Amino acid sequence: MAEKTEQAGRVPMPEQAPEIRKRNFDEVPTGYTVKMAQEEAARCIQCKKPGCVTGCPVGVDIPGFIHLITEGDLTGAIRHIWTRNALPAVCGRVCPQEAQCEGNCVMAKKGKPIAIGNLERFCADYEREHGTGALPPKAASTGKRVAVVGSGPSGLTVAGDLILKGHDVTVMEAFHKPGGVLVYGIPEFRLPKAIVAQEVNFLERLGVNVQCDTVVGRTVSLDELFEQGYDAIYLGVGAGLPRFMNIPGENLIGILSANEYLTRANLMKAYKFPEVDTPIPHGKNVVVLGAGNVAMDSARTAMRLGADTVRIVYRRSREEMPARKAEIHHAEEEGIEFFLLTNPVEYLGDASGRLTGMRCLKMELGEPDDSGRRRPIPIKGSEFEMETDLVIVAVGSGANPLLTQSTSDLALNKRGYIVTEPETGKTSKRGVWAGGDIVTGAATVILAMGAGRASANSMHSYLTLGW
Amino acid sequence: MFKILRRQEMAQGTVVLNEIEAPLIANKAKPGQFVILKANETGERIPLTMADSDPKKGTITVIYMVVGKSTALFRDLKEGEGYQDVIGPLGRPTHIEKVGNVLCVGGGTGVAVLHPITRALKEAGNHVTCVIGARNKDLLILEDEMRAASTILHVCTDDGSYGHHGFVTQVVEDVLKKETIQQAVAIGPVPMMKAVCNITKAFNVPTLVSLNPIMIDGTGMCGGCRVTVGEKTKFACVDGPEFDGHQVNFDELMLRLKAYCEEEKHCYEDYCQLTD
Ligand SMILES: Cc1cc2nc3c(=O)[nH]c(=O)nc-3n(C[C@H](O)[C@H](O)[C@H](O)COP(=O)(O)OP(=O)(O)OC[C@H]3O[C@@H](n4cnc5c(N)ncnc54)[C@H](O)[C@@H]3O)c2cc1C
Ligand SMILES: Cc1cc2nc3c(=O)[nH]c(=O)nc-3n(C[C@H](O)[C@H](O)[C@H](O)COP(=O)(O)OP(=O)(O)OC[C@H]3O[C@@H](n4cnc5c(N)ncnc54)[C@H](O)[C@@H]3O)c2cc1C
Ligand code: SF4
Ligand code: SF4
Ligand code: FES
Repeated sequence: MAEKTEQAGRVPMPEQAPEIRKRNFDEVPTGYTVKMAQEEAARCIQCKKPGCVTGCPVGVDIPGFIHLITEGDLTGAIRHIWTRNALPAVCGRVCPQEAQCEGNCVMAKKGKPIAIGNLERFCADYEREHGTGALPPKAASTGKRVAVVGSGPSGLTVAGDLILKGHDVTVMEAFHKPGGVLVYGIPEFRLPKAIVAQEVNFLERLGVNVQCDTVVGRTVSLDELFEQGYDAIYLGVGAGLPRFMNIPGENLIGILSANEYLTRANLMKAYKFPEVDTPIPHGKNVVVLGAGNVAMDSARTAMRLGADTVRIVYRRSREEMPARKAEIHHAEEEGIEFFLLTNPVEYLGDASGRLTGMRCLKMELGEPDDSGRRRPIPIKGSEFEMETDLVIVAVGSGANPLLTQSTSDLALNKRGYIVTEPETGKTSKRGVWAGGDIVTGAATVILAMGAGRASANSMHSYLTLGW
Repeated sequence: MFKILRRQEMAQGTVVLNEIEAPLIANKAKPGQFVILKANETGERIPLTMADSDPKKGTITVIYMVVGKSTALFRDLKEGEGYQDVIGPLGRPTHIEKVGNVLCVGGGTGVAVLHPITRALKEAGNHVTCVIGARNKDLLILEDEMRAASTILHVCTDDGSYGHHGFVTQVVEDVLKKETIQQAVAIGPVPMMKAVCNITKAFNVPTLVSLNPIMIDGTGMCGGCRVTVGEKTKFACVDGPEFDGHQVNFDELMLRLKAYCEEEKHCYEDYCQLTD
């Protein structure tokens, strides 16, 4: 096992060596030992006005739980985190810490922020492996029934909060497995599915009823749920609509949305084919379009499936790449190449309809655009061809209209996302709340959870006091 | 689990019918809609159109041809056993309207999909002429049911072992020459739908087809089911599965259905060896 200093001064997180991990699906960072965690925790200077906490979207009391680690009270530490964050094993692994808690840590100024994500993950993993599994106390039953639509991080947060407040909660999920992007999008080597399954199991032990194979809007409508006696509904259906490039040749065999590619790999476990029945294309020269977390996950999956080359093609420059720093770094270590300031204009195929290549243009950065980032402009005469037999399109996603269009009295914005009252998550439809990616557009796990928490509070007051 | 209450073999065991307990879906199902089924933990998600549904009994019926590993796995499920997952109803229902004279054309297992649509069109007050075909007499399915569901039924076999000798397209052409048809529906293998559309186009008869691209989620989330209709990309699972056949790029669909041919073949051969 290789140990590597990702950031000077921090206790390094042990991880699998790049040459080995790039061909397996096991988790890359293997986790701190108690000794490592205490050593890292000891670096925290316990600020009176901690910047880290203001950087965390759900306000985890970071110095508080870190102090408990130094005291050796690991049970206390995880309980402390739980009061703010129900899924620390997940967030510790996938939060963009450099932009949130760690980015605002005083030690970041010296380039040595406390490894808050690693410590949070450590507490959750330690509890999972050594904890008693004791359930937190539940309030007396209120007799109110809540339906949570979608089992991603926002839906799971609402379910967890409301079951503890004494309501009767059913989670309805369209897929055959709960977890949302945590199971169908984010790969095993970054977030082991056993962790998500255990979080869901924890909710079930608390009494949450998880009902998969239920496409709300098709199997049952929102109005029918009210007729069946549900008192309130939360919509956490995510932003599941793939965006394509809309350039010629897009329907050739060998061009997949990242949603399809990752769903095959993660949810359907197609990397084990033929041990499982779902196939996945194995590209020799793979191209991934985009440079967010979704693109990094796709590229690293392609590498693990045995590709000779994997290239990230992105129309802006390195500074604008939206992925977590750790993912970009891991991807580079695994031999993924970056073709920056490059944009595809056409796909090329053979007579059997299979992809053979891609025509691209080189770009340069011009004036800032609406997003405040410098707009990429094509360079005339810079066209070139790139050989590829598999392209994964990871250029963003939109609002899936399946549920929203079947519900006439739900106000949407012009891009199709649900409009809510920001503080409470209330939608225009009485008794219905919404949050997560279907409100904000594709964002982060912790923001989806934060939205879930805000809605759960508002739902609780509605269920006990009224709309 | 979604229990199989009734199982029946047709066309010499190459086609299997399952009546499955799925009350929520049965309650909502409309002609033209499909479900996604998954046999077990390691199984693939397979789309099948509902050939029937009974809200009172809380059951849906699917009829499928055994063509590969997953449908072979389905075939081996017995009455009383069941599917781990059944998801639906998915896709848009067929638009059923009284237009006058309707022509329904079905080939192979497409006849199973065509049956509830035919019945609904007739119940809506249309005069329904049906043409169904199969490679030979033994492979023909649902003849009696189709006769009951339509006003006039023509049967064809490729080898002449029963009914009209030849492809459904020949009968379709004859019917179109003799009668004025306001609307056609063609469901079956892609080459058949393409051929029928070529003829109906010459007669200017609008024609609905039901497309069967490879699918994963069936909810518009992955884009794997994309088809080109009138130069535009559509997701068959949410925009379809039925489309205006005169606008569909059938050649592209045929190519895309072969995307996993190699992988699937190995998988199926391994399964056949295991179960032999
Ligand atoms: C590949 C990938 C990598 C990512 N990496 C990171 C990362 O490293 N860090 C980070 O913070 N964020 C990351 N994100 C973003 C993050 O995962 C999302 O912002 C977050 O999951 C949104 O949560 P959600 O609860 O709103 O929805 P989702 O997680 O999308 O869950 C929605 C659920 O609702 C279900 N559903 C949809 N429609 C219906 C319906 N009609 N009826 C019933 N169920 C329905 C869906 O099947 C799904 O399970 C990543 C996203 C992807 C795709
Ligand atoms: C909306 C929809 C409705 C359908 N309804 C029915 C139905 O009512 N009855 C029925 O028998 N079949 C139906 N199909 C087709 C059925 O889904 C496929 O036959 C099935 O997926 C094949 O799986 P397999 O693993 O057994 O075969 P595979 O091993 O996956 O494939 C075997 C052969 O079938 C081809 N194939 C793969 N996937 C499909 C597909 N989706 N459609 C057609 N051919 C495919 C392959 O190219 C290969 O040649 C429908 C498909 C769709 C999309
Ligand atoms: S939840 Fe995320 S942002 Fe907040 S402390 Fe944990 S890792 Fe940092
Ligand atoms: S800002 Fe950094 S050093 Fe200060 S309390 Fe937070 S983690 Fe500790
Ligand atoms: S099957 Fe995934 S979008 Fe249609």
